[in-house]
Amino acid sequence: MSGEWKSPAAMAIPKEGYFELKQGRYGPLYPRSPANHGFTIIAPVKPGHEEKVRAYGKTIEDAIKGTPDALAVLQLHYLRWVLFELGGVTYFMYQGIFDTDFDKYTEDAVALFNSLGVTTVFENLVGFPEDWKTNAPAFIDFVRKHQRPSFLEYAEYPYATAKEVKSALALKDAFGKMLDEMQ
Amino acid sequence: MTTATDAKPLELDDLQHFLLTRTPAMAARYEFLRFPDAARGRAWLSVLLEKVGSAHAVGDQALDARWVTLAFTWNGLRALGVPEAALAHFPAEFRQGMAARAEVLGLTGHNAPEHWKGGLAGDDVHAIVILFARDAAERDRCKAEHATHVAAQGIEVVSDLDLEAIPPFDHAHEHFGYRDRISQPVIAGTGVVPTPGSDAPIQAGEFFLGYLDESGQVPPLPGPEALTRNGSYLAYLRMEEHVGRFREFLAAHGKTPEEQELVAAKLMGRWRSGAPLTLAPTQDDPALGKDKERNNAFDYGTMDPHGYGCPVGSHIRRMNPRDTGENLTRRRMVRRGGTYGPHLPEGQPDDGTERGLAAFVGCASLVRQFEFAMNVWVNDPRFSELENERDPFVGTHDGTFDFVIPKRPIRRKLTGLPAFTTIRGGAYFFLPGLGALRALAANAFAQG
Repeated sequence: MSGEWKSPAAMAIPKEGYFELKQGRYGPLYPRSPANHGFTIIAPVKPGHEEKVRAYGKTIEDAIKGTPDALAVLQLHYLRWVLFELGGVTYFMYQGIFDTDFDKYTEDAVALFNSLGVTTVFENLVGFPEDWKTNAPAFIDFVRKHQRPSFLEYAEYPYATAKEVKSALALKDAFGKMLDEMQ
Repeated sequence: MTTATDAKPLELDDLQHFLLTRTPAMAARYEFLRFPDAARGRAWLSVLLEKVGSAHAVGDQALDARWVTLAFTWNGLRALGVPEAALAHFPAEFRQGMAARAEVLGLTGHNAPEHWKGGLAGDDVHAIVILFARDAAERDRCKAEHATHVAAQGIEVVSDLDLEAIPPFDHAHEHFGYRDRISQPVIAGTGVVPTPGSDAPIQAGEFFLGYLDESGQVPPLPGPEALTRNGSYLAYLRMEEHVGRFREFLAAHGKTPEEQELVAAKLMGRWRSGAPLTLAPTQDDPALGKDKERNNAFDYGTMDPHGYGCPVGSHIRRMNPRDTGENLTRRRMVRRGGTYGPHLPEGQPDDGTERGLAAFVGCASLVRQFEFAMNVWVNDPRFSELENERDPFVGTHDGTFDFVIPKRPIRRKLTGLPAFTTIRGGAYFFLPGLGALRALAANAFAQG
């Protein structure tokens, strides 16, 4: 850990979502910002499917309750799922902040989403490939096409990974217990 | 589109033997060919395809002295007359070719295509003939025979490479002296029983097109069934090994021969004998190294979670994180190949001659298997939450990366790792089944 976390930092990002074009396996790579890696996927929901999408919130809550480390491999900080109306169309916004470059672990995420049933929420989105189970490139293409890169990202503790944050909290806990024992 | 979910038997009469049979070859030759036109290419192919062994035939005839394998670049399939409509179905990475994907693979700097040899960075290579032979004499006999055939058909040899095993000949190893071929995936349906600690058999669809894969599905074929079924993709890499530089590095980082051996072992994750550090953390155990029943029988998660034995950044732990990795059944590949260039005996100064490994990995998806391995396992400096490391052997190094050896009470950090290897060339090939080779020779895919 280099100490970069001590000074809050913001990064303005060009319209393309990157400073220089670097090719990943599935397209341009997006830079790591002070707020780490992440994506924002926005896609219209099929008419009448809004409640199905909303119901998945509970599904995921239960899945994590049952298996708290179910998403550990993604090295996530946060996921945010939002539904909103625009021009009479309901849109689904899926925002994730994590410590890995999504291009690198795309297939792992897809496999994980499949095993947890997360992928099925995508079936409610307009344009999602019906053959996604066997057509990984089409699935990845859908995600890529609906990704909206940030033009500003900010972090109060820049570049700290979820693992580092958890280690720091665990250390704080341990010190607290140690001090209690010394009373 | 096939979507069956039952594993069907391997079509051993149609699959080329290359990825299924490890032949007892001590010499080899690779020839990279260009077809001046489709007719000459097909004429050459129609003669040579009779020499290509199926998995069934090679499995039966252990007395063979040579084994021939044929594979084609995307440009090569076009040069043989496969129509554009069929060619367009191949995945983007294969259509683009390895040189165009160099940045994705991390092949930059001294490893970039602009420095490659043998015409591999250009569009001229259409096909490769891989000849494995029992010894150099048989290799040279086949080489002469093929030279006659190539000349008769007017085929251009863009480049070639002769390979030979290096001493000592009692076990497979590369120029740095590490025992090789310890860990290979077992393909489901072959009947091979994995050695203790190795993965369970991997579904054939991870290596051959048209079979059930580890997703539980049979993925759609990328083009005409007669061309693609029973096919595989091959990624070829010619990797020079800088033996002198490697030995100097060991000498600079270990005061005694024992300390130097330990540094060598930490970089690889195994002692040069093959003994894994997880099982033999402080001292080499040559008997363990050669014992197939024991030399793969370990994991990392429970036996070595912090890497005090086998560093997290070591070659074998990056290339197969075992129980600490995710989705690994979808990343496995079959490796084939061998050493080229003369052996450099211990104690002799580097003579500047190129020597190294020229190898293929076989898989069903270059982007998901080979490119993932190069992009993430080999060249991601932050792989597995490391801070600034690349694979010490295969990674692209410019002296700015480190290698951390976890150790109590304080870790040891080797800074400024030099490049022990340089990539001298690479290419993507399609390895068709025998029926597809016959169909290509007969121009069966021509339009109309």
